[in-house]
Amino acid sequence: MATFPSGNVNDYRRYYMYTFNKLAQGTLAAVVGLAFSVGVLAADITGAGATFPYAIYTKWAEAYQSATGNKVNYQGIGSSGGVKQIKAKTVDFGGTDAPLKETDLNAAKLVQVPTVMGGVTIVTNVPGIGSGKLKLDGVTAADIFRGAITKWNDPAIARLNPGVKLPNLAITVAHRSDGSGTTYAFTNYLAKQSMAFKRDVGAGNTVNWPANAVGGKGNPGVAANVQKIKGAIGYVDIADAMKNNMTFIALKNRTGHYIVPSRQSVADAAAGADFKVKGMAPDLLDQSHKNAWPITTATYVLAYEKGKDPIRQKGVVDFFTWSLNNGQKMAEELGFVALPANVVKMVEAEMKNIK
Amino acid sequence: MSEPSVSAGKDPHAQQVRKFRLQDQFFHYSTQFFAFVVLAALVGILVSLALEAWPSLKEFGPAFLWTNVWSVPDDQYGALAAIYGTVVTSVLALLIAVPISFGIALFLTETCPLWLRRPLGTAIELLAGVPSIVYGIWGLFVFAPLFAEYVQPPLQELLGEVAIIGGLFSGPPIGVGILTAGIVLALMVIPFIASVMRDVFETVPHVLKESAYGVGCTTWEVARNVVLPYTRVGVIGGIMLGLGRALGETMAVTFVIGNANRINGSLFAPGTSIASTLANEFGEADPGLHIASLFALGLVLFIITFVVLAISRWLISRSMGSEGL
Repeated sequence: MATFPSGNVNDYRRYYMYTFNKLAQGTLAAVVGLAFSVGVLAADITGAGATFPYAIYTKWAEAYQSATGNKVNYQGIGSSGGVKQIKAKTVDFGGTDAPLKETDLNAAKLVQVPTVMGGVTIVTNVPGIGSGKLKLDGVTAADIFRGAITKWNDPAIARLNPGVKLPNLAITVAHRSDGSGTTYAFTNYLAKQSMAFKRDVGAGNTVNWPANAVGGKGNPGVAANVQKIKGAIGYVDIADAMKNNMTFIALKNRTGHYIVPSRQSVADAAAGADFKVKGMAPDLLDQSHKNAWPITTATYVLAYEKGKDPIRQKGVVDFFTWSLNNGQKMAEELGFVALPANVVKMVEAEMKNIK
Repeated sequence: MSEPSVSAGKDPHAQQVRKFRLQDQFFHYSTQFFAFVVLAALVGILVSLALEAWPSLKEFGPAFLWTNVWSVPDDQYGALAAIYGTVVTSVLALLIAVPISFGIALFLTETCPLWLRRPLGTAIELLAGVPSIVYGIWGLFVFAPLFAEYVQPPLQELLGEVAIIGGLFSGPPIGVGILTAGIVLALMVIPFIASVMRDVFETVPHVLKESAYGVGCTTWEVARNVVLPYTRVGVIGGIMLGLGRALGETMAVTFVIGNANRINGSLFAPGTSIASTLANEFGEADPGLHIASLFALGLVLFIITFVVLAISRWLISRSMGSEGL
């Protein structure tokens, strides 16, 4: 280091030039060193949005970083937050459970692709009735969840379950108290099944549950209420239901088959859907594959058609291409359902529009 | 302190006095500034709440306070159910917590053996340091199932048939609900009320108590006729402190209140409180009336807490006047 000069103005100037050059050299050396150590000069990318896929995105990001050295940050701030952030151009990709419509995508010049799927399942706590033993159809489920059926031995339930001994027990509806994508998918399914449900309860992130309902915070809160309250019926995502070893029902699907939720039945719902639409978001609810689980959803990412930084844009494409091809097993370990192979091919083709 | 330099013809102390005066002034203004920062923050919070809540206040008017509807799909909001839940759970909590805290404080100051006094007092203070989420999780996973199994059914059998009171205990015994929230809140405010009561009970002059014992009073008579009248102000302060905590408690209540946006006459039924509604719905609230109504709820809670504090001040000043303390 040069010692600080005194007096002459030119001395000061020389001093500052000297320090500046030193600093510049140092920075350059650091950048070059970093670039060589990583192999390529790649930018860290940042995403934000839905909380539902948070676990898998962070898991993928970790694996992706150890495989390629590139960093991906994802913040679970909620679907509506994700859409807001990508439109405000503060993130490289946004995550949302409720897909944007074609007109919105065109207006904001965004590309939308699905990443993983999940299912919402109905779980019960009725003494003496084991997993998969209770059969319900969409309309009866809607009547239970809107509070029109209040006893387990109601004739409407008994009619679907000949030979099952139903107790004279009050039904308690367990639901999410926090606004959530799980509620969004579940109420949209029931609203499709029953106009009365749509009128009484509505469909959305937060809705009007009937008088015999009790709200729990998050999937774990609902799972706890169902497991502790005798006569409870609730909805949680399949991953949480399996983790907590809960009692499933068999739900009648569009083709008339009673389906117990599983990874296969969720994947089959996607197999019957047509992803060849702008935004790649076909309605996965109540699909007509014979083995399809009726309450199936996907989660989506949003990215810019034309970003200001091509390196970051490429980073987004690389990350999801890598994850969709190498991350199926990680997804399944966390209870998600990987996209079918043909859909992965379509997603890769669609991501060519991210430039 | 160094001696001031003596310059010819001037009082050597004048300079020093001026310096001290400046220091005093600086001290006065800086502390005044800090005090006003708090006031400004308070006003700022109030104003920003009111601004954010404005669309909702404009849409629903004062009827927001007594409308019993909270419907996100229909975009209709009223605060009555949340206000009801907040007030009822807090009152229940005080009904349970005040007698228990009174007993704890009395035991600690009057009849507790000396060696037990410190450990017991510390334990109660530690209870005040338990994070509220821990109370919530304990309430949901441990207390509520036991309550549903062993307390609610016998209560219903005992009181279910009694007119009027029976209605308070009707409905399926599901464990979570208004009463459970009240009980968990009571546990949370007991340490606050008890430790304030203990501290004020200790301020009673020994000579007063000893003269009462001297004329043959029992411990209860001393507590009733000497300790309580002497400490009334502090006791009310402690209760109000507990009430303030109960009104604003969020996480523990969210876990055990059942989160139903409606008013039900039964204490076993799930309900909602202002704080729990905010905790539940803020994260994924739709922009527009929903967000604005949540801010309006926050404003209502702010005002309720403010009114409670004002009443407690008034009570304290009144009791001070009548006791001549």
